[in-house]
Amino acid sequence: MSEKKLNQAKDETLSRRQLIVRRFFRNKSAVFGLGTLLFITALAVLGPYLTPWTWDLSKENGLDFNAFIDSPYGGGLTAPSFDDGHYFGTSQVGGDVFAQTIRGLQKSLLIGLLVAVFSTSIAAIVGATAGYLMGRTDKGLMWLVDLLLVLPSFLILAILSRWYQSSGWLLLVVLLAAFNWMITARIVRSVSMSLRERDFIRAARYMGVPTRKIISKHLIPNMASLLIIDGTLNVGGAILSETGLSYLGFGVRAPDVSLGSLIAEGTASALTYPWLFMFSGGLLILTVLAISLIGDGLRDAFDPGSKSGRKS
Amino acid sequence: MKKTLVLQIKSLSVTFPSESGTVNAVRNVSLDIFPGEVLGVVGESGSGKSVLSLSTIGLLPNSARVSGEILLDGKNLLQLSDQEMSKHRGRDIAMVFQDPLSALNPVQTIGHQIAEALLIHQEISYDDALKRAGELLDEMRIPRPFERVKSYPHEFSGGMRQRVMIALAIANAPKIILADEPSTALDVTVQAQVLELLKRASQLTGAAVVLVTHDMGVVAGLADRIAIMYAGKIVEEGPIEKVFENPAMPYTIGLIRSIPRVDESEKRRLVSIAGSPPSPVALPPGCAFAPRCPAYTEICDSKVPDLEAFEGDRSVACLRKDEIAGLVSAGRLYPTEVTKGHVKSTSDVKLLEVSNLSKSFPLLKGNVFRRRVGSVYAVDKISFTLEQGKCLAIVGESGCGKTTTLLEVMNLVAPENGRIVVFGKNVSELSKSERLAIRKDLQIVFQDPFASLDPRLPIGEAIMEPMEVFSVSKSEQLTRMQELLELVGLNPAHANRFPSEFSGGQRQRIVIARALALNPKILILDEPVSALDVSVRAGVLNLLAELQEKLGISYLFVSHDLAVVQHVADYVAVMYLGSIVESGAVAQVFNSPHHPYTKALLSAVPIPDPKVEKSRERIILEGELPSPINPPSGCRFHNRCFVTKARSETDQAKCASERPELRIVEGAEVSCHFPLLK
Repeated sequence: MSEKKLNQAKDETLSRRQLIVRRFFRNKSAVFGLGTLLFITALAVLGPYLTPWTWDLSKENGLDFNAFIDSPYGGGLTAPSFDDGHYFGTSQVGGDVFAQTIRGLQKSLLIGLLVAVFSTSIAAIVGATAGYLMGRTDKGLMWLVDLLLVLPSFLILAILSRWYQSSGWLLLVVLLAAFNWMITARIVRSVSMSLRERDFIRAARYMGVPTRKIISKHLIPNMASLLIIDGTLNVGGAILSETGLSYLGFGVRAPDVSLGSLIAEGTASALTYPWLFMFSGGLLILTVLAISLIGDGLRDAFDPGSKSGRKS
Repeated sequence: MKKTLVLQIKSLSVTFPSESGTVNAVRNVSLDIFPGEVLGVVGESGSGKSVLSLSTIGLLPNSARVSGEILLDGKNLLQLSDQEMSKHRGRDIAMVFQDPLSALNPVQTIGHQIAEALLIHQEISYDDALKRAGELLDEMRIPRPFERVKSYPHEFSGGMRQRVMIALAIANAPKIILADEPSTALDVTVQAQVLELLKRASQLTGAAVVLVTHDMGVVAGLADRIAIMYAGKIVEEGPIEKVFENPAMPYTIGLIRSIPRVDESEKRRLVSIAGSPPSPVALPPGCAFAPRCPAYTEICDSKVPDLEAFEGDRSVACLRKDEIAGLVSAGRLYPTEVTKGHVKSTSDVKLLEVSNLSKSFPLLKGNVFRRRVGSVYAVDKISFTLEQGKCLAIVGESGCGKTTTLLEVMNLVAPENGRIVVFGKNVSELSKSERLAIRKDLQIVFQDPFASLDPRLPIGEAIMEPMEVFSVSKSEQLTRMQELLELVGLNPAHANRFPSEFSGGQRQRIVIARALALNPKILILDEPVSALDVSVRAGVLNLLAELQEKLGISYLFVSHDLAVVQHVADYVAVMYLGSIVESGAVAQVFNSPHHPYTKALLSAVPIPDPKVEKSRERIILEGELPSPINPPSGCRFHNRCFVTKARSETDQAKCASERPELRIVEGAEVSCHFPLLK
């Protein structure tokens, strides 16, 4: 092969990251999922600027007294319409459902995504380290996992609720993640234990590749599908556990809202005033769907054996 | 003279639907099987030989689409329902499967399983059937047969189970025995026993045997006729001597010449067939072998060649069959390269010295409190040295400790017992950074190219991985990676591809490229070709020989295949149950083995030449490799040794009680009380 050809081939050599990006964008449904998620995120960020109303009922433009008075049902609950600016209708007291849904969406998206990323990362790192190194490290880490598993997480969150409610929702994210990663870590550990016996890991070890790199370059990519599926499930799970906490008054507290608290409130009158929960419920479904489509796409992009990513 | 046929296959085609298209597993195959003959069906993996045998016995999966005819006594088996077919299975056509581990039901006794086969086709009582089962086991030379009928399969070793399978196959005196790779899963010395029994089974029942295998050597020793399959078609068929002596189809010629032979004294470059077999989903338009064929011309793409009569009793599927013989004699096909001797930069520098190395695994007992009740010696006091530019091979059957030895060397930590000195440094005194420095010069290639590459890493990055450890700059890494891919005969433009897009032979080349990335001084090869197809194997072996000549690397080569060892190695050490029984220069050890085990091992290796193979005398060892948990006393080989048995009682007692030391006999190191002399 000539020098020129060699150089040409060199230019075309892509790193694994570039290849994964290329394969991801070849997958139509994954791109659709990504688009939807971007749209939802944009809605969450830009939504407040689209309406004159605000979610905060204590503020001046939080409650619509006209809607409260003019309502045919008496006391708020006007149906969605563009004329009065209540795109998603109003609630029982005349609060704007659109503004509240957007607020809830912001909260839930942040909580869901952050918890999923935190808990899956902790699970991957702890599980892979324990499974790969074995011995004392494994014993110690698994002891921690077992300890956290037997602790009644809900009770602890409830007790700590005063503390995190005053110091912001970010602490809630950390706590939700801290009680969520253990089971995945155990699965990751057992997968790593079988992977470490494979020849390519052994080959890397004999090449002198440091442990940290073996874990990040070989072990974790080979469990990518497991981790991605776990991550996508965690998004929905985290949103739901936050809902549960909020319902009992330990999570996001009124007047602040999250998608979960909105759905919980709206389901009571689901058949008569569907707009109260339909939009928040719909957005929740759409969010989880978009995330799982992205998850599928990522899994296929990571997995060289899958059909959809090929044809290069 | 028209002989009656037992089975006639007429233009059989089998296809399977798959997501990527129709898989053409068997294409238009016609084959006649005569009574009492042994027909060898030879092909590489994916050539359709197993599908052919499965369709004969009616065990194809439901998704298969079959056309053509398979006639047994004028009855077309393909038109029978599964129930009707059951009447023929076992009684007319019996099958011996490749894997005796999974072919027997683990929860039923051996006797019951044989009796079951008898009761289906014969009207006898269960007790009589059990008795007959004992007799059959006796025919298959299983010791204490009437007691063993009560045993369960797990109480039998692999070779014994394969005997049971043969006993099962002949239980109803079938007309045809289909043996699908019957000896592939077994060790060489056990393989020899099983093949012998297969021959005996055919003689006892007068059944025709269809021996499906990838091993030309096995066929050479056993078969009367041979059919060679390539990409679902029979490409050549005829009496075995004629086909081996004067093959007519270019694929056959290449295949026969690409196999290293244990009885060769000279070293030659093997003939290697370019490329790899086509995918059964996308076959070339004309002859399926055309893209790899050295005699390719444009007419080869014009149509699929039919199997046509050639020189009387043979047939060949090649459009240029009449010209091939001329091309071969003119030296135009597969010219045999003459290697310029061994121009290696050798010196007496000892790169690796292992002395008295032992490795044991604890034997544990108890469920709650596991305590050590003893040790299993996987490797027991072995010593060897590897000189610069040389190739040392360690050979032995599975479980003899050869891979454990390699891993002990690769671990670079103080061994349990003994000393390992690499590049003049004792491994037990190494600091962390020194150990890393040694790793640079000591690389390993594993047996299975499918497992030794990370499936999630593009091959380019895989090759760059060792360079990254030693912080070579990124641009240098890229250049070197391109160079390496070219060195091992792959296209550097494919660096982005994942391992799954490469065939076994190509992957092994990638693994070799990765191992060479840092210009190591020693390359450790753990059965580097045993997982590869025959026609691809030669290419990898040639590559290894070429690299050694070009780069002067030393190889530590582990293999169970003596023919391969004979081909690549300078020195050889034969291992048996964890210790070395004989070592020395390859030519010397192979030409005049001193240890009875070496001799038996050499004689058990099938030679791909029917003339030699059928005339030479074989030493068939009794029994199988003993378990290292409970090794025999004295000389570990004495209970299988044919030399001891012929000796006086006092000598026998010596073998059974005294462990022989390694000593030098006629230039080779041998551990035997009564070595064989020239």
